[in-house]
Formats: sequence, C-alpha cells, structure tokens
Amino acid sequence: MGTSHEQTEELLIPFENAETEPVRERISSPKFRIPRQCVGLALPVLFVIMWELLSRGGILAANWFPAPFTIADTLLELLRGGELARHIAYTLTRVMAGFLIGALTATLLAGVTGSTPLVRQLLDPSIQALRSIPSMAWVPLFLLWMGIHESSKIALISVGVFFPVYLNLLSGILTVDRKLVEVGQIFKLDKLQLVRRVILPAAFPSYLVGLRSGLGLGWMFVVAAEIMGASRGLGFLMIDGQMTGRASVIIASIVLFALFGKITDMVIELAGNRLLGHRGLVL
Amino acid sequence: MSRAALDIQGLTKTFKVNDDTVTALQDISLTVSQGEFVSIIGSSGCGKSTLLRIIAGLETDYEGTAVFGGTPIHGPGLERGVVFQEHRLFPWLTVRQNVAFGLGNSTSANVWESVDEHIQLVGLNGFENAYPYQLSGGMAQRASIARALANRPQALLFDEPFGALDALTKIQMQQEVLRIWQAEKATMVLVTHDIDEAVFLGDRVIIMSSRPGTIKKIIPVDLPRPRDRGSYEFTQLRSAIYAEFFRQEDKPFAYAI
Repeated sequence: MGTSHEQTEELLIPFENAETEPVRERISSPKFRIPRQCVGLALPVLFVIMWELLSRGGILAANWFPAPFTIADTLLELLRGGELARHIAYTLTRVMAGFLIGALTATLLAGVTGSTPLVRQLLDPSIQALRSIPSMAWVPLFLLWMGIHESSKIALISVGVFFPVYLNLLSGILTVDRKLVEVGQIFKLDKLQLVRRVILPAAFPSYLVGLRSGLGLGWMFVVAAEIMGASRGLGFLMIDGQMTGRASVIIASIVLFALFGKITDMVIELAGNRLLGHRGLVL
Repeated sequence: MSRAALDIQGLTKTFKVNDDTVTALQDISLTVSQGEFVSIIGSSGCGKSTLLRIIAGLETDYEGTAVFGGTPIHGPGLERGVVFQEHRLFPWLTVRQNVAFGLGNSTSANVWESVDEHIQLVGLNGFENAYPYQLSGGMAQRASIARALANRPQALLFDEPFGALDALTKIQMQQEVLRIWQAEKATMVLVTHDIDEAVFLGDRVIIMSSRPGTIKKIIPVDLPRPRDRGSYEFTQLRSAIYAEFFRQEDKPFAYAI
C-alpha cells in the first residue's frame, strides 16, 4: 500500500525539474502590470471626465445633460431628505418578492416536469406557449385584476423571473449525464434519492444561470411596472424627473438601477461560485 | 474457486433499431466460479459491454437465464460492483464522499472505516478531500474502483476500465487490480479489447466474435502469478488470441526471421 501511494505521487508531478522554473517565473512576473479590473474602468472614467468638462464648458446644455457632479448633488439631496431610501426600499422589496415567487414557482414546476415524463408532456407545451406571449402584454390584465397596488407589480415581475429559471432548470435536469444516473441505479437509489443525490446536484449549474438571468429580467420588469403606475420606487422617481423636467433625477435613478442590479447579481454569482468552485467551474 | 458465482445459459439479447432488430448477443452460455478472474475480449461492437451490462443488471430485457449467486438477475444489486470505462465520479463530491456514495446515508463509524480502508487499498490516501477535477485519469479510476469496492460486493465488473488511460498508467492499474483481487477475494469479470490485459489478468480469456455476438473460444490461462509479460508462454498465448482476430499473414512484423 505504501508503495502504491508513492507511485501515485510520482505520477502527479512528473515534470517537476529545475529547467522549467525560470520559464514559469518569466511568464508570471512582468515588470509593469496593470490589474485587469483597472483596464475595464479606463473608458467609463474617461467618459465621465469628458462629460463633466463639456458640461462645465457650456458645450452641453446643462438642463438636458447635467454634469456628473450635478447628478451626484441630486443624489445626495434626495438622500438627505430620506426620500431616496424609501424609493429604493420599495423597488428592492418588489424585485425580491417577485423574484422569490417567480423563482420558487419555476423551481417546483421544472422539478416536477423534469422528473416525470407524463407531467412534462402534459404541462410543458402550455408553459412554452405562455412564454411566447410578450410579458408586457400581461400588464393591462394584471392592472385590471389586481389594481394599481403592489400585487400587480409583483405579479408582473414574477412572470418575468419565472421563464428563464424554469427553462434553464428544466434543460439542466433533462441533460443530466445518463452515465451518472446509471451509477445511481447501480447503487440501488430509489427515484426520490436519485433526484436528490444525482439529478439536482448535476442540474445545479444551469439552475444558477437561470436564477441570474431571471434576476436580470426582474430588474427590467420592475422599471416597467413602476413607470406604468406607481407613487413610490425608483421607476416612479424617473417619471417624476421627467414630469418636472429634471434630467439629473432620471440619470441618478438609472445609476441606482445599475448599482443595485449589479449588487444583487453579484450576490448570486458569489454564492454560486462558492458552491461550484469545487467542480472546477466558475461562472 | 468451486461454486459458480455467475451462471449464464442461452442468453440472447436483441435491440430494436428503428424497425430492424439487431441481435447483439446470441446464445451465450458462461459459468464463472466464485473468486475467478475472467477476461472477456472482442472487437468493438461484439456485444461484450452489453453482456457486462446484463450481468450488472442495467439491461433487463433479454432471453435466456442469467443467475448470480443463485438468484436470477433482474436489476442492479449491491453484491455486484461496476467500474465503467469513464470514472463516472460525481463532480460535486470529494473522493471520500464519492467512495461513500453507495453506502447510503448512514454516518456510522464503520461506514467511514470501510471508506477509508478502500481509499487506502487503491492508494489514494492523502487525496480524500480532493474533488474529481483535481485528479489525474488514473487516480480518478482508482477512486471509482474504491467506490465499487466500498459495499464489499461479491463480484466486481469492469467495462474496459483502463481504455482511456496511457500505457504506463494502464500497466500500473492492472497490477493494482490484481492486488485488490487477492485482497478482496471477489469474483472479477473484465471486459477489454486489449489482448495483453486479458492474458495478464484473467484465469480464463473468453473470446467473442461480432454480429451476432457469440462466444468463439474460451482459453484458460494456466500461467503462475505474478505473470511475466515477456515470458515465452505469455507471448505464445497472446499470439494464439491474436490469431483468433487476424489472419497470420496480416500480422505486421510477425516472426520475420
């Protein structure tokens, strides 16, 4: 036993010798090194500086194209009034509620259709047909049914979140490697154990992709919902800015949408990478 | 090596391909004693893997009888461990969790004892917490052998287990399998397309011919172990099996003295 272990170790590092060392060093330590993240920042920073200069120089009309500093001022002003925090809280709550409802429904449905062929043949065509309805087409109906209150907005967001989560999880379940399922059969797992111990873990990477695109759509739909009829929320703030002719308020809202969209996506990404890192996969 | 572990009589297996019926196996009869090491060799498409899948219980629709340990085979069973050509480890589990996979949810001490014992047996100690993507091909295949062994099966079925490994790792793994066989005293059935491997490992070599898959010849290998691949007897046996697949004059570089 001892010998075989030694052999394994030898196989693991077969080409470890002095000659390869200098080469490796040359590749990994160049003299001037710009962090990768900074390269991507160069263009936006340049853009903001140009904008600020053009706006201050009076070349851009300040009421249509407010300077970045004016926008920052607007943000601070809204923040001080406590107004902004309230709008953000409303929008975040709507996105989260819609995301949870949509993702949960999608997970349950895809779990059922993915594991039972008969249910899949029964339900999947209808779900696919519903998918081809442009989601915005639901708006009038939801407004009629649920009024202009929270529920119609959350319902719209849920519809947006539902489809990417459903489709990705289902395709993840259906494309699970048959060979791994066979291993489960060899060890005499019953149907439920097979789903829990083989199929769900194997479908997890596609599920994460679905959750991320679902969240993206959730943010898209909250804007739509709030623009169409709301008295609070970042979408409302944008409409308010439009009505009162304050471009800086609109742009400030856009910046906040981008910020929160990115943050929530990063939360899923980080959680996913923690769970997927051990497969050698990183999203 | 007395009682029959596996008894196959008049086994025929047909597949439906579109509207045609293809006979994969025809009238196979084979008895394997307990603790015996049997190699099944044949060219690709001869049905040797199908035969192994029937023994494993993964194919249940066949004619004839296949009996393992006194009971007819109707599905997989924990007394028959399988090692596939690909390692088929679960990528989200560590080596240790993979090896423990078939032992159910029980976390009792003797379960982990058996797991660690078999990890040690295949020489993977030190890699218990590694994930499959961190292993080389040979190490992954060792882990998959440990997983098949952890349930202490009476028989171990190998489906071209070393086909995807490089030549040196392959020879090393063949020696490991022999060592494991002697340690566990299990019945071994090995499907391969490698003549050298079949002779080196088997007590008997079953030669199969293709379309339909039938047993063409059974050659006993009465060579003492450990076997010397370079010995005269070994080479003779290898040539005899070679001649079953190719005509003598096709042989490149054959005895051109």
